Amino acid sequence: MSEIHNLVIVGSGPAGYTAAIYAARAQLSPIVYEGSVTAGGALMNTTEVENFPGFPDGVMGPDLMDNLRKQAEKFGAKLITDDIVEMKLDGEVKTLIDGSGNTLKAKAVILATGSAYKEIGLENEKRLSGRGVSWCATCDGFFFREKEVAVVGGGDSAIEEANFLTRFATKVTLIHRRDTLRASKIMADRAMANPKIEFLWNTEVIDVLGDANMSGLALKNTVDGTLSQRNFDGLFVAIGHVPRSELLGGQIDLDSEGYVKVEGRSTRTNQVGVFACGDLVDHTYRQAITAAGSGCQAALDAERFLAGH
Amino acid sequence: MSSAQPVTVANFEAEVLKSTTPVLVDFWAEWCGPCRAVGPIVDEIATEHAGKIKVVKLNTDEEAAIAMKYGITSIPTLNVFVNGEVVKTIIGAKPKPALLKELAAYL
Repeated sequence: MSEIHNLVIVGSGPAGYTAAIYAARAQLSPIVYEGSVTAGGALMNTTEVENFPGFPDGVMGPDLMDNLRKQAEKFGAKLITDDIVEMKLDGEVKTLIDGSGNTLKAKAVILATGSAYKEIGLENEKRLSGRGVSWCATCDGFFFREKEVAVVGGGDSAIEEANFLTRFATKVTLIHRRDTLRASKIMADRAMANPKIEFLWNTEVIDVLGDANMSGLALKNTVDGTLSQRNFDGLFVAIGHVPRSELLGGQIDLDSEGYVKVEGRSTRTNQVGVFACGDLVDHTYRQAITAAGSGCQAALDAERFLAGH
Repeated sequence: MSSAQPVTVANFEAEVLKSTTPVLVDFWAEWCGPCRAVGPIVDEIATEHAGKIKVVKLNTDEEAAIAMKYGITSIPTLNVFVNGEVVKTIIGAKPKPALLKELAAYL
């Protein structure tokens, strides 16, 4: 008979680690599956975070995650750098299997698997990935020193990537299918004021060109349909995220976009004892602080649930 | 010889190109989060498959010329070299079971 744990938290990042801090302080001895290569979540691929309350001088994304991690560990959360690859979430005892083949049993589960980069969905985007096409400016920007790159997207991530890439590239072209940015005003103003950034409004990327390496993009004007091609050495895709809910299908109710549905303002899913938080449930706010807040809620919901069982 | 050893321009030819066993080269850098995440997995593969495949790490900051020669534009990139030629390229940090599956032919 294997031990039945109180609580397993699947995923790290601001939501998972905050849930772990609260659950650990509530003496629930949570087990946290951080992810074998995704530990820390989306903020691990960012640089400076300027809007997390309590850090007037900003904080590096990876440092913030490292602090949350340590805080969770200090109160007794058990952190495991592996993935959960299979879950059975119905019934009173939930069963989870990890990437090393271990089986765990738990009374409650918090899902905090976050989101993954959204792809444009072009065949050549996939083929030339790592050959000029990238999803991580902080990882790959360095290889585009003295080169011309494009960023596609109009939100804060796209603007942050564009600004970051001007450290290396001679010119950064921001391609957006609308004529206004979705990004916050402070970020947008900074990009507008950056002489190395050019804006290509009302434009869609319809193909990535190149044989062994990317050489340019085929573009389409979304207003008048004009087709054009432009040479670029690199393309950074920052058009948003998709929830990482692929393991949950059939057990947990998802909405049409794949986000986990929760009950009202709680973090309760349709399965008793299973809670969800962070980017996995949030199409709207998607901030480190809102993810952390919902991680806290999930831990409190799980704590109340366990107290009643 | 347990975990993956670093290679530089000084020993790249001897250690990688002239190796008699297949070589897995992990192109990485200090500031790359996904590289740091996959690093320990690469070390484990080095230890667990020693003798079949040689595993080395190339710091793309310090050895930019080699990274450029092999057209690296995203890291981590894992390249398998056999007889001095790149026979397999894996781009991005992937969990261990996924890496082992992609590397199965060389293990």
